[in-house]
Amino acid sequence: MMTNSNQRLTQGQFSFLPDLTDTQITAQLEYALKKGWAIGVEYTDDPHPRNTYWEMFGNPMFDLKDAAGALMEINSCRKTFPSHYIRVTAFDATRGVESPTMSYLVNRPAKEPGFGLVRQEVDNRAIRYTIHSYATDKPEGERY
Amino acid sequence: MDAVKTVDLQAIVRDSNVTEVLDQLDRELVGLAPVKRRIREIAAYLAVTRARKQLGLEAAAPSLHMCFTGNPGTGKTTVALRMAEILHRLGYVRKGHVVSVTRDDLVGQYIGHTAPKTKEVLKKAMGGVLFIDEAYYLYRPENERDYGQESIEILLQIMENNRDDLVVILAGYKNRMDTFFSSNPGMSSRIAHHIDFPDYSQPELLSIAGKMVGAMNYRFDAEAETAMGDYIGRRLTQPNFANARSVRNALDRARLRQANRLFAGVGEGALNVTAEDLSTLSASDILASRVFDAPDSAERT
Repeated sequence: MMTNSNQRLTQGQFSFLPDLTDTQITAQLEYALKKGWAIGVEYTDDPHPRNTYWEMFGNPMFDLKDAAGALMEINSCRKTFPSHYIRVTAFDATRGVESPTMSYLVNRPAKEPGFGLVRQEVDNRAIRYTIHSYATDKPEGERY
Repeated sequence: MDAVKTVDLQAIVRDSNVTEVLDQLDRELVGLAPVKRRIREIAAYLAVTRARKQLGLEAAAPSLHMCFTGNPGTGKTTVALRMAEILHRLGYVRKGHVVSVTRDDLVGQYIGHTAPKTKEVLKKAMGGVLFIDEAYYLYRPENERDYGQESIEILLQIMENNRDDLVVILAGYKNRMDTFFSSNPGMSSRIAHHIDFPDYSQPELLSIAGKMVGAMNYRFDAEAETAMGDYIGRRLTQPNFANARSVRNALDRARLRQANRLFAGVGEGALNVTAEDLSTLSASDILASRVFDAPDSAERT
């Protein structure tokens, strides 16, 4: 389901492809900048699909002209959180749109334990299902 | 027989349209001969670097950080804008925009505020030129807890590591920049090009005034031009003279007086003004300046 056969998180764009190289990330950043979108870097160690709001690494980068600046920020985030999930978002600030337009992972932990299915028995022996990230059994900071 | 591999140097120059920018520089900027010569040298150097690259003679990217020193109003900012254009055409910077900052944009107000602030500016300048005006303000030796030093350290690091991504141009007055560099040897050694902007002479300033008036869609009548030359000659010797900037201010005041003269004329019965009247600065507009009646008084700004 959320965990595919090779134990990799598949969220956002390009997530079924091999990890993007820096050159490929630069090309994607250039695309977003050309469209006038602001780039943000976010990280988390709780990649549950319903965890929409990840922690922001610094402010979103408005008024950038070149991808090198954003890449610098991505690399400094990787250095700070080497085994967290890190994603890059592009935000379209056009009036009436004002929403993220791109989102893709640029860093993932070496080992991804994936998600397990949790069954809960409720009234009349009905079963409710949910998914649970194995990593979140451990406290924050020790998950990956 | 093996043909010797050649590269058409002319083609590189032609394709980049760099001569166009250089000619424009020659045409639009009066004087500044040493600056123009240095810029031509840099342009030639970059063209040769590109030719070398095409022949596979790899070399580390040249360091192009610069320092512009000179008195106020000698055209440092204007040249920095042109420099960005030249570097962009020769493919040295990717985007060719100029981010112009001063101390306020780089240095924060409390602990931990400076680094993000400086980094943000640097990120915006990536792919272009970062122009730091009055750069010597970054270093305040009288206050050892000043955050300027932190900003300088980040700048140095980026100047070294992201040499391909941005060009830093520092600008300031000559003697204060010299003090700045002597207390920051790391900064001095990372800047390859120190360019000094000379002061303008009186004829050069007059020709600048002519160009400025043209750009504002005004013109001098015959006596006004003589009066302007006279004005510049007197103004040159007074304190706080800021070269082209003083000339611009003088022209702005002359326009004010011209408007007032036309307005007064309406009251006296001259109802219609022609386009000619509206765009002509006469000698009286310039001779009304305080520079003429009190030769030794302090300058009005």
